[in-house]
Amino acid sequence: MSEATQYQEINDLLSKNKGYKEGFYTQTTVETFEKGLNETVVRAISAKKNEPQWMLDFRLKAFEHWKTMKEPHWAKAEYEPLDYQDYSYYSAPDCSACGDHCQTDGADAAEPEMDPEVAKAFAALGVPVYGDETSEKTNIAVDAIFDSVSVSTTKREDLAKLGIIFCSFSEAVQDYPELVQKYLGSVVPYHDNYFAALNSAVASDGTFVYIPEGVRSPIDLSTYFRINEAKTGQFERTILIAEKDSYVSYLEGCSAPVRDTYQLHAAVVEVIVHENAEVKYSTVQNWYPGDEDCEGGILNFVTKRGVCEGANSKLSWTQAETGSAITWKYPSCVLKGDNSIGEFYSVALTNRRQQADTGTKMIHIGKNTRSTIISKGLSAGKSDNTYRGLVKILPTAEGARNFTQCDSMLIGNQCGAHTFPYIEVENPTAKMEHEATTSRIGEDQLFYCQQRGISEQDAISMIVNGFCKEVFSELPLEFAQEAEELLAVSLEGSVG
Amino acid sequence: MLLKVENLHAQVAEDESKQILKGLNLEVKPGEVHAIMGPNGAGKSTLSSVLAGREDYEVTEGHATFDGEDLLELDPEDRARKGVFLAFQYPVEIPGVSNKLFMQTAVNAIREEKGLPALDMFDFDEYAQSKIELLNMRKDLLDRSVNVGFSGGEKKRNDIFQMALLEPKLCILDETDSGLDIDAMKVVANGVNSLRSEDRSFIVVTHYQRLLNYIKPDHVHVLYDGKIIKSGGFELVHELEEKGYDDIIQAHNAIQTNSK
Repeated sequence: MSEATQYQEINDLLSKNKGYKEGFYTQTTVETFEKGLNETVVRAISAKKNEPQWMLDFRLKAFEHWKTMKEPHWAKAEYEPLDYQDYSYYSAPDCSACGDHCQTDGADAAEPEMDPEVAKAFAALGVPVYGDETSEKTNIAVDAIFDSVSVSTTKREDLAKLGIIFCSFSEAVQDYPELVQKYLGSVVPYHDNYFAALNSAVASDGTFVYIPEGVRSPIDLSTYFRINEAKTGQFERTILIAEKDSYVSYLEGCSAPVRDTYQLHAAVVEVIVHENAEVKYSTVQNWYPGDEDCEGGILNFVTKRGVCEGANSKLSWTQAETGSAITWKYPSCVLKGDNSIGEFYSVALTNRRQQADTGTKMIHIGKNTRSTIISKGLSAGKSDNTYRGLVKILPTAEGARNFTQCDSMLIGNQCGAHTFPYIEVENPTAKMEHEATTSRIGEDQLFYCQQRGISEQDAISMIVNGFCKEVFSELPLEFAQEAEELLAVSLEGSVG
Repeated sequence: MLLKVENLHAQVAEDESKQILKGLNLEVKPGEVHAIMGPNGAGKSTLSSVLAGREDYEVTEGHATFDGEDLLELDPEDRARKGVFLAFQYPVEIPGVSNKLFMQTAVNAIREEKGLPALDMFDFDEYAQSKIELLNMRKDLLDRSVNVGFSGGEKKRNDIFQMALLEPKLCILDETDSGLDIDAMKVVANGVNSLRSEDRSFIVVTHYQRLLNYIKPDHVHVLYDGKIIKSGGFELVHELEEKGYDDIIQAHNAIQTNSK
């Protein structure tokens, strides 16, 4: 059998239309800015959100800097340079019930009514946007973001009793300006990289989480991002602060309608973990990947970074990446505090012509800092899946340790898996371990399963889930299930 | 008749120059143990693969019926569900998938075919433990990932364990003895012997005689150049042991030449 035909069947199986069930579009009255990006637009966004001067200054500074920067193309993902003038930088459901300033009415104002069409969209996505729902997901607080604005944040009163702040970023700018000013740009400066600068200039909305000293959040906090409008960029800004001795598990999920032009998503997430605190940050990313050729999918250019500021702090990133046409994302940990711990668990699945360049950075500064990286890349179809990671041990990081494991699985013979591990060690006491494997779901494995009576579809899903097991076990239970199902859907063909 | 193979011709898929089976005939009755022996390249593994439905090979002529059904029409998983089991020459590793999940899925697929209810975790565990004891396997066998980190011998034993769980009608052992030391081979042979029954047949494909000394087949066939050139009883094993394949092959070639 020739090489080309050997995996034809698997490819056929994978190329069948995958059911992107989140691909619906919500018809509602929206207020969307004209396409284009200039200083006036930046000012208009800020005015729309009724922002204080310092926030506008931050945006303008970032915008000025962004104009001097070049779009990066070093990732192992090919895309045409984007026309930033061809996107709209603000879109929000027009909510007549509360007027233009519903984001800024203050926490004591009655919760504005949500646009029923938007509420329907979230209901269809299984996102509990009303805190009183008796669904199985009630043990979770949700911030629901629709295009550029946060439309609902549930359970905030319950959380407020514990001193936990859980609100949209826009609200935080109004209500907690000292906190936002203190931390905004402290982990990811506005000049950090091209997309971080763009985000700092046109940041739409995002989530703000503050866990006070000694508080363990009794429920999971989560944000659901939904891009709805065509040709709109989503630039959310999320800040999460865990004070001394606190704990929180935070989850985020995302999806978008089926579109025929690329949609841009450039988020910035900053996490600050103080002494003895622990943050678990989980993402299930299911952005629309585009059509067969990945035209029209989401371009996901995200900067996520956390700093373990205090001693014995811990930050754990877990991600299941299945969507987007292009993913460019490296959730990182800056391990400043002595004995602090950074973890990165990732499953990235690419199919068709998707391109993912994802990984992490672990920067060891404090003594006896430890980091663990488990990355599982799955490539199918004609996709390219790249792990890119940096482990850096600074001279101060006496006794630092890192364990890295990068496993790649190829499904078919037209896809690619690449691993670029960068290791920089400047302290001789450091202990580094690195393991990498590449395997292929081959005819051999499939035939072995089939010979035991197991159907081809069940066999693929069994093999893939087995491969990802170590990472899924790190996800909160419901998310783990969702991630497994997503993998199954993403690899869906039809049997017989 | 459980299996009837008539005039079977098979080639490497999409490669006409690689004709491997060239008119093979074989009949297996319920409860019989057949050994298929032959030199390297005779087509032994191809026969196993074709019967199990591997797509690397293409049948160009001939028939095979299993339990009265056209075997060659069935997908590999359907052949397995109807009772064809192949013990692999090289059992495959599946990381992260426990033997338990793998075999529970397999057992339930086969039970569904038989119209039996699926076994839940507890029932399956109990069932599997009984087989572990029967075959004297390691207790942690079920918890380990399928064949990952197994020695060559352990992989083959795991295949025999799977065979015991699936209770097939026809077991094909494809050079299961290759690469095994004498102790591991005894374990495999004991496994096969303990699974022998009136309604279960075996085709033991092997290059060497020694496994057959422990299994004692009812019928022995010599496969050469894609055909069975000699059949006999267990005594044929000893004849081969003494004289090797050359005598039989030469005799066969002489007949071929004369008949032309």
